[in-house]
Amino acid sequence: MTKNITVRYFAGFREHAGIDAEEVSCDVDTAGDVFRKLQHRHGSMEPLGHCKVAINDEMADWDTAVGDGDTVLLFPPVAGG
Amino acid sequence: MRITAELIQPESLRGELRDDRAGAYVGFEGWIRDHNEGQEVLRLEYEVYEPVAVVEGDKIIAEAMSRYPLLHAECVHRSGLLEIGECAVWVGVTSAHRDEAFAACRYIIDQVKIRLPIWKKEHYVAGHSGWVNCERCATHGREHPQAIRS
Repeated sequence: MTKNITVRYFAGFREHAGIDAEEVSCDVDTAGDVFRKLQHRHGSMEPLGHCKVAINDEMADWDTAVGDGDTVLLFPPVAGG
Repeated sequence: MRITAELIQPESLRGELRDDRAGAYVGFEGWIRDHNEGQEVLRLEYEVYEPVAVVEGDKIIAEAMSRYPLLHAECVHRSGLLEIGECAVWVGVTSAHRDEAFAACRYIIDQVKIRLPIWKKEHYVAGHSGWVNCERCATHGREHPQAIRS
């Protein structure tokens, strides 16, 4: 089913996409579907397990369901400390 | 958990943890070093997504408090541009005895490094820059295996 979502990109993903956020309409069920559908935007070739995702500012799993109107935050591999 | 764009002052932070019940204080400071993977580093830039970093950091501290008999545990992480030698992250824990303080401090810094939405971009003496750990994740990075040039 097509959903309207906001996608936010961070760090290297943002630089690759050239924007920090965008509205997209796409046929997705899970956060992992969003990551795969937008590969051409974030440019990541990493396995999903190396990256992280949050939905509406809460950390989520790649199999977490995405709903219409959600904001999906795509995080490249983190490097704090 | 705190994120700050100001200089981290470990001495002052340590003072906040003073407690007569504490027999041990263990602190960890992560500093900006002048090299990484064979490249001379000029300065470093931290990008932090604060709304999630603070919530996730508080969860990590709560986990440490439930795993070990601690009195206090705190963590502060920098954001923005940092120069060589500056403190990037500070963790401080107090407990009655040292074993749990060492273990909890180690737990917190290890979890912070792998769970918080924080990214660092190194600026090299040679003039280019690159996201640490991110070189392999962008098609860009595949073209420049050492760093994403920008």
